[in-house]
Amino acid sequence: MRLIADNLSGERGGEQVFSGVGFALEAGESLIVTGPNGAGKSTLLRILAGLLPPSSGAIGVEGGGEGFPTVSAASHYLGHENAMKTALTVSENLGFWREFLGEPHLECSEALEIVGLGDIGHLPFGYLSTGQRRRASIARLLVSYRPVWLLDEPTAGLDQASEHQFAALMKAHLDDGGIIVAATHQPLGLEGAQTLAMELS
Amino acid sequence: MLALYIRDLKLGVRAGGGALTGVIFFLAVIATIPFGVGPDLNLLARIGPAILWIGALLASLLGLDRLFQADRDDGSLDLLVMSGDRHMAALTVFVKCLAHWTASVLPLVVAAPLLGLFMNMPPTGIGAAALTLLVGTPAITFIGAAGAAVAVALPRGGLLISVLVLPLTIPVLIFGVSASYGAVAEPDPFLPPFLILCALTLFLAVLGPVAAALALRWGAD
Repeated sequence: MRLIADNLSGERGGEQVFSGVGFALEAGESLIVTGPNGAGKSTLLRILAGLLPPSSGAIGVEGGGEGFPTVSAASHYLGHENAMKTALTVSENLGFWREFLGEPHLECSEALEIVGLGDIGHLPFGYLSTGQRRRASIARLLVSYRPVWLLDEPTAGLDQASEHQFAALMKAHLDDGGIIVAATHQPLGLEGAQTLAMELS
Repeated sequence: MLALYIRDLKLGVRAGGGALTGVIFFLAVIATIPFGVGPDLNLLARIGPAILWIGALLASLLGLDRLFQADRDDGSLDLLVMSGDRHMAALTVFVKCLAHWTASVLPLVVAAPLLGLFMNMPPTGIGAAALTLLVGTPAITFIGAAGAAVAVALPRGGLLISVLVLPLTIPVLIFGVSASYGAVAEPDPFLPPFLILCALTLFLAVLGPVAAALALRWGAD
């Protein structure tokens, strides 16, 4: 499995925010995207996820096989929003994504246990605090398998213990042959990660 | 796909889902018509099918703006669009439309016979109106999905969707009403307009979701 981005440039509202970004990640490697606000970190991740077209350049996966032919099919995207419905319970939300996203991996209860929400799966998602919501959203990465994780500020709202726990989850994913691309301002505790520093253009 | 249908259905009927807004609006419109038109029973029976159809049409446009916007606001739409390789995007939209129809529009069809009594419609007329609504209202939802997808990024897109969609629903309204009249007013035929209504629904069941999926795909920001 290999994730390749070649000479990407991206624009937002007709204005170029970055250009000439390229990298190649092998299985087990990770990339930390850093840079000031407005440097295009989120835009880069959305382009990788296939949610925005790049204004030039190409992205692709090699060796994904039939299950993961494109980057968007091979990726989990954890954006600023948690993609959970406030009116449904945490378990219902997770169960839905597990079934809809396919490639089921962990059971919902196991995933909730891992992120430390084992006993509140029955609560409506709307009752959770910001950090708990983030953790429920992280549990989504575990219930359905994707080799590539695209994480946009994944630790926003997490307390220190949860940050460590999430670092361990990311490490386990990498050891398992996964690939992580994370945009962040805080150190994520990933050892041996490549860094891509984006600058304001 | 079944999971998506069940999720949207649950969201529609739970608190804040807004599935009942349409029915209550429908009820309010139809219940006030007899007071406005006056106690002329023949006139009420004459305009009954048309009023039921117009009421149902407007009521079913009410909840459309939230069809994709709710998913966009909480980030779910990104994931639905991303899984386009696994589930065809048009099929995802189709399933969302079906769930929306079941939660918000089907209750209108169920309420229509009761409201038909308010309009002094004969039993056959009530049956025909309910049947044409059952067959014709999905078409409105499918066209509406295309409008909702175009306006998904607009914060107050509801009115725009109605304006975009209303002209396209006119054929559905015309054939729905003429089939309802055909069932009671003698020389008028029932079956031809009814079959055209069925054809319209089937045609729009394909066209609407495909158009909506394209709009969502290229309208992402």
